[in-house]
Amino acid sequence: MSILQVSDVRKSYGGIQALAGCTMTFEEGAINGLIGPNGSGKTTLFNVISGYETADAGQVTLRGKDITNARADQVFALGLGRTFQITRIFPRLTVLENLHVATQRRGFAAQLRSWKSAAERSRAMEVLEFVGLTPLAEEPAGGLSYGQQKLLEFAFITVARPSVMLLDEPAGGVNPTLLRGLADRIRALNKEGITFVIVEHDMEFVMGLCDRVLVMHQGCALTAGAPEEVRANPDVLEAYLGSDMREAG
Amino acid sequence: MTAIDVTPTGAAAPEHIPYEPPRQIRWTGTGLLLVFLAVFPLLFPNPAVTSIAVITMIFLVAAIGWNIFSGYSGYISIGHAAYYGIGQYTVALLAMHAKVPAGWDTFGLLPVAGLVCAVAAVPIGYVVLRVRRHTFIILTVAVMFILQLLAFNLVSWTNGSGGLEMSFPTWQGSYFNEPFYYVGLVAAVVACAASWWVRRSKYGLGLLSIRDDEDRARGLGINAARTKLIAYAISAFFVGVAGGLYAPFIGSVYPQFGFDPTFDLAVAVLVFVGGIGTLSGPVIGALLLIPLQQYFYLQFGNANLYLIAYGVLFILILRLLPAGIAPSVTQLWRRVLVARRRAAARSRAVPALAVQSSAVQSSAVQSPAAGPPEAPPATAAVPQAGGDEVAR
Repeated sequence: MSILQVSDVRKSYGGIQALAGCTMTFEEGAINGLIGPNGSGKTTLFNVISGYETADAGQVTLRGKDITNARADQVFALGLGRTFQITRIFPRLTVLENLHVATQRRGFAAQLRSWKSAAERSRAMEVLEFVGLTPLAEEPAGGLSYGQQKLLEFAFITVARPSVMLLDEPAGGVNPTLLRGLADRIRALNKEGITFVIVEHDMEFVMGLCDRVLVMHQGCALTAGAPEEVRANPDVLEAYLGSDMREAG
Repeated sequence: MTAIDVTPTGAAAPEHIPYEPPRQIRWTGTGLLLVFLAVFPLLFPNPAVTSIAVITMIFLVAAIGWNIFSGYSGYISIGHAAYYGIGQYTVALLAMHAKVPAGWDTFGLLPVAGLVCAVAAVPIGYVVLRVRRHTFIILTVAVMFILQLLAFNLVSWTNGSGGLEMSFPTWQGSYFNEPFYYVGLVAAVVACAASWWVRRSKYGLGLLSIRDDEDRARGLGINAARTKLIAYAISAFFVGVAGGLYAPFIGSVYPQFGFDPTFDLAVAVLVFVGGIGTLSGPVIGALLLIPLQQYFYLQFGNANLYLIAYGVLFILILRLLPAGIAPSVTQLWRRVLVARRRAAARSRAVPALAVQSSAVQSSAVQSPAAGPPEAPPATAAVPQAGGDEVAR
């Protein structure tokens, strides 16, 4: 059953067509990989889905609800969180405060109360422990290493308990040890029912982690399937993975 | 959620050293300051001094209000004089048309002036907050000048460039400043309480996240437009109250002094010097700089030399303490704390090393075939140079 559906979405920047009628379906409870060469429209698609960009045409639905051109905060409130290719955290807030920004409260009256609620703190500390950042909870987030910032961004999406998480190049600039830890955490959350869509250039990471891989080319969906099917697809190998991967395969 | 194997994240976990002085020190300092401010007119009853104290209170309220929006959200407004002017005209017009007698009754108009400003801030904020950074600054200045022009031209309301005169209270000359001072102090305490509440609320955390990265904040469910607009209105409220207190103190309202472009520069300087985005920064800035500015004016006012003296002081403070006084003092306090902890760790490590070393020597004598000794565990407790310092 699909949880997130993109139908004939188009987006242009002047003369450049970033999305040219892209249609895709992301399965619920799966770890979906989204690959394609640079400029194929992956990040633009993420931006349109998550409300950071408006689509020129087409439709995006989340659990059957139309979220086309909804604001980013509305999309997040509906249960779709995302990370960015270049990590975006709140550097002057502490690690714990970063997590509290993402915990949601209904109604403005609730917003007026202190952010230091015991229940939310407990939940935030649980997530920090999950990603191994507990000792840094009271430190300013700007002082963390790049890898730790990646984990923090992942953590503050997680703390809001979204049903879908879009991860934009989570492996970029992350050392192999940290990367294995990140993959383990993604699998653990996926077992709890969270659907993942992961844009990534690290093919080993994608093929080893994802249940299903979707390929984009020139703003459109090219193919989708199990990692081994995509890996074996000669068109994909030729056009998107390059000759190195073909030889490796 | 099930915790899984926690992989080391690369950097050694530092021993946490707080970034703020302990709560007892902060509350004691606040209490002492309040007591000092409460008895100030009794200690210095000279009207020339209390007059400076009233101006200080007015700017204190305005600076705290300005910081609630600009300090916490990162949107630097240079057009809050719009609300300073609206506050002045509201009090003057209401006093005139509602025939409010000069004196204590006039102070009852201050919340009304604040509310009028907060209400006016909603449509203005709705427009100007659609843009960011430099464009936002320019728009705020433009709004202020538009209102100044309206004040010049809506002659039937404002009497144009002729201004509005307000009756002075019939208080004795030596007692005249005290009511203004204490009302200003109460307004400043209320503004401080509001600023404190915003800083600790979930709403305020959203505001701070907007300061750091507005787009990221939106992607975490923060309704940025609404969050900024509310802060803008709260801020306008307190700046309006400051204006409302200024008008009866001076006894007149003129467009060029009500909607004064230098007002925002003065307020911004106070907050930057004290520490923008902090609770104590505007308080420190206003209590330090306004009396100094007034003193310089009295000493060198004739040839405008006071502006040069004030400018030199401002440059010196920003050169020596670029983050502002409050954050710099906090950083200094933390450095001292870090140095003390390092020294304590070293003093603990040295005896441990000595014990370890003698144990190794004796075991080497007893068993020459034993392998190399392990590194003494006590050394791990010594923080690496700079390793536990994280830029704030």
